Amino acid sequence: MMKTSFKQNLQAYLFLAPALVLFAVFSFWPVGYGSYLAFTDYSLIKPTHWVGLDNFRYIFDNAMFVAGLRNSLLFLLIVPIIQIGAITLAVLVNNRLPGIRLFRAAFYVPVVTTISVVGIMWGFMFHEQGTLNYVLLQLRLVNQPVGWLSDDSIALFAVMFVTVWRGLGWYMVMYLAGLQAVPAEMQEAAILDGANRWQRFWKITVPMLRPTIMVCSIMSVLAALKAYQEVLVLTQGGPLNATFTALYYAYDQGLKHLKLPRGLAASFVVSICCVAIMLLCLRYIKPKHR
Amino acid sequence: MNGSNQRPLLQLCGHYFLLCLLALICIFPFWWTVVTAISTEGNIFAFPPTFWPKSPSLQNFTEVFRVIPMLSFFKNSILITFWTVFWKLCLCSLAAYPLARMHFRGRKLVFGLILATMVLPSEVNFLVNFITVTKLSLVDTYTGVILPNIITAVSILLLKQAFEEVPQDLIDAARVDGANEWTVFWKIVLPLISPWLATVGILSTVEAWNDYIWPFIVMSKPDEFPLSVGVLYLSGTYGSSTRVIAAGTVLTILPMLAVFLGTQRFFMRGMDGAVK
Repeated sequence: MMKTSFKQNLQAYLFLAPALVLFAVFSFWPVGYGSYLAFTDYSLIKPTHWVGLDNFRYIFDNAMFVAGLRNSLLFLLIVPIIQIGAITLAVLVNNRLPGIRLFRAAFYVPVVTTISVVGIMWGFMFHEQGTLNYVLLQLRLVNQPVGWLSDDSIALFAVMFVTVWRGLGWYMVMYLAGLQAVPAEMQEAAILDGANRWQRFWKITVPMLRPTIMVCSIMSVLAALKAYQEVLVLTQGGPLNATFTALYYAYDQGLKHLKLPRGLAASFVVSICCVAIMLLCLRYIKPKHR
Repeated sequence: MNGSNQRPLLQLCGHYFLLCLLALICIFPFWWTVVTAISTEGNIFAFPPTFWPKSPSLQNFTEVFRVIPMLSFFKNSILITFWTVFWKLCLCSLAAYPLARMHFRGRKLVFGLILATMVLPSEVNFLVNFITVTKLSLVDTYTGVILPNIITAVSILLLKQAFEEVPQDLIDAARVDGANEWTVFWKIVLPLISPWLATVGILSTVEAWNDYIWPFIVMSKPDEFPLSVGVLYLSGTYGSSTRVIAAGTVLTILPMLAVFLGTQRFFMRGMDGAVK
């Protein structure tokens, strides 16, 4: 490493300054200040006092938050579904069949659609007289229309379904990149050895995709724990608070009811879970390319 | 790949059948919304549902411009998206350049901090960012919407990689000729990485246009909403007129659909190499 002059350092930091300032204000400050405020009675109008664990006691005694936390954990069910679905899609579109680009685009379109539009469209689909009920009735899978977003035992799963629908295309692209890194010679050699498609998938494709599967699964776990946007646009936590998630509770308390410390306490809990999972992953999964 | 021509026809049909079925699930909600938006007759929620437009017209589209400030929504979305992308390209490439091509103290630390923002659960930041924006008196301003979205670690990493691909000789030659770092950056290196700037630009255009939660939190006057917020507001206010809502929805997604379909390869990078 060569010695750097004062001028060189100054120049470099002048280039970096705007980005570092914005990072400091909007990425690091929220972590520190937010964690502090979670232990206070902060409000936008009164002076702030330290209240210790009061906010945490409050939220853990609160049925809505506890149910929200449980729902956030239930949301983890979508992780294997999305990953298996995305791998399936990636394998299906990883070829040069005519029109395959069109299919790739079709699978990716939900990803480039804003969440509010997703909420509106699935609101139409889930309507009691909507298409979904019609199709299921025609196929005789249900006997009467289902209240997808109005039945409190079903609504959460409807929200989870929309999350899966929205996420598949994104992970598909990740897996497609992974699949295309598998050397064609390996597949050809396996064909010569008489391996069938199924064997080739399990013995070659899956082991080669392992790093991608790891990364995608971790991202998916974190995203599932932090899910709340779908809830906001589809059900707003209803019916009967059945679709509250931990972070939706933070939004609901913090911005709808302006109980910022409670919201911050709830988001503190979510952050701790996420950071713990990240640390565990970093500890046990050694990246090879660093 | 493994010679699709030799594959039995039956298997090929099965493959396409599966693809069509899955594609149907992915795009059916869009289809239904478009059909609803351009139809003017028939019940919207009825068995059997309409899968094909009945007496199509653009009446609902003119209606949506009449009942809500759709033009303002469009203007607001364009403004927010344009300035977010503009500042992102400027400031992220400024930050990426020294990380890639300059020697200075604390480079590893700065890079580590930038990587750390990817690990932090940033979705959780909206409450404190709301406080910050309030304290800076930026509530109800586009500056408040744009500022937190300008810098992302991913954009910096992408552009850093781009700068690293520029040959060292070029930079050395310019420095020997007496060009200062700014000239090297602005006149020599930046033009060379324009394809990467395009990638970051296109991806963040879609991201900024689609951002819903943050503008929804910062902006409170309906006239100043971007489309993503306005269209859901529309469905709350004129809840009865589903066809008009559907028309608004179609107008909201159409621009980004066009961007995506026109520049698909930017979204599916990594595909091109192997499939070519």
